[in-house]
Amino acid sequence: MLPLVLDGVCFAAGGRAIIDRVSCEIGNGPRTVILGPNGAGKSVLMRLCHGLLQPTAGMITWNGRKNGRRPHDQAMVFQRPVMLRRSALANIIYGLKLAGVSRTECELRARDVLEVVGLAALADRPARVLSGGEQQRLALARAWALGPEVLFLDEPTANLDPNSTRDIESIISAIHATGTKIIMTTHNLGQARRLGDEILFLHDGRLVERALVGTFFAAPASAEAAQFIKGELPWQ
Amino acid sequence: MLLAFSEAARLIVGFDPELVAIVVLSLQVSLSAVVIATVVGLPIGAMLAVGRFPGRQAVIALLNGLMGLPPVVVGLLIYLLLSRAGPLGALGMLFTPAAMVIAQSVLIAPIVAALSRQVIEDAWREYEEQLRSLGASLFSAALTLLWDTRFSLVTVVLAGFGRAAAEVGAVMIVGGNIDGVTRVMTTTIALETSKGDLPLALGLGIILIGLVLVVNAAAHLVKETAQRRYG
Repeated sequence: MLPLVLDGVCFAAGGRAIIDRVSCEIGNGPRTVILGPNGAGKSVLMRLCHGLLQPTAGMITWNGRKNGRRPHDQAMVFQRPVMLRRSALANIIYGLKLAGVSRTECELRARDVLEVVGLAALADRPARVLSGGEQQRLALARAWALGPEVLFLDEPTANLDPNSTRDIESIISAIHATGTKIIMTTHNLGQARRLGDEILFLHDGRLVERALVGTFFAAPASAEAAQFIKGELPWQ
Repeated sequence: MLLAFSEAARLIVGFDPELVAIVVLSLQVSLSAVVIATVVGLPIGAMLAVGRFPGRQAVIALLNGLMGLPPVVVGLLIYLLLSRAGPLGALGMLFTPAAMVIAQSVLIAPIVAALSRQVIEDAWREYEEQLRSLGASLFSAALTLLWDTRFSLVTVVLAGFGRAAAEVGAVMIVGGNIDGVTRVMTTTIALETSKGDLPLALGLGIILIGLVLVVNAAAHLVKETAQRRYG
């Protein structure tokens, strides 16, 4: 279904432009990190791409088709995981059922993916009493089980401690290794470096710069990006 | 006064047949009404919580208003419907327990619907993006939310039961307070007190208060335990 093409996409709410004429093409392969300060519109841009919000102007197309959104082709993991009041295993099965996977296949796939994210021992535990890090791993497992072509991640480690962050990052890398396109937001420069291949730098709702990770950090082309990097890493 | 209390205690402890019959009928009527109100009210609550349609706010405001329906007025309306000259008069339901069930259902269905709408809408606010991301239709989202808020909804339903069991005006009018047929706890208390027969009234009063306390404690317990176990 890739490439994902944004053409002059705008999103306004309450008379304020949150996303302002963003155009770009995101293809398969590299991990794309949407970077920018708080309030730059990263999360909104991601929700527009995922189809949770509709652009107020402009167009979003998947492989040339408008409304090409099929839920099981893409999944999203949110900053704060939303777990249903049922077991960890049942949370994964819930997503698979909605995607139309057969009952027996559901259970097999769910157990598999729990194993991979290291939660097999907690399969029957109620999901909402798991720790924040475990819940986020479970959210990743739920998304991964769907076998999405594209996985969106919105600040997936923003609320987590360093250990949990490391776990999450290695799971994201593993998901990428299976051929899933990763598109994620972060305001953490270290994470952008570790996980990103290319950077989309967003500032005030505008796409200011797009570059490969190495280039972006070594020699940012825009003043905004240079200032952001300097502000975040004042010791450099 | 003290005599009345000891006499009331004797009626309760001795399982006085008249008292037992009244308590049983009360429970039958109010529990039936709760079942009907739940079957009608929960889907309406869920639909209003996740649905977006013109006039939704007005419907919610109306429903919230209906929560405060005066029981005597509900009784009067049901009386008019069921009375011999009324549109449903041919059914001959006036002054039967069935009429009382109808009146109490009408009284508490809005309570169940309005309170469940609130509970489910709060959950929807938390779940909406995740469920839409997973591709849930509004209908399956509503079912998911009903299941996920089940412990809070128990409290909602029991609030409806408390209201039904404690109201007197509606069942008095449509039931007629006929001895051995439509006499429930609240109407008997009203009648016996005005007749000056305090022991029976007191005995029923004690049972009614006990019932309401037990129901509320149960609701609280269910919610607390579930919260601890399921988060």
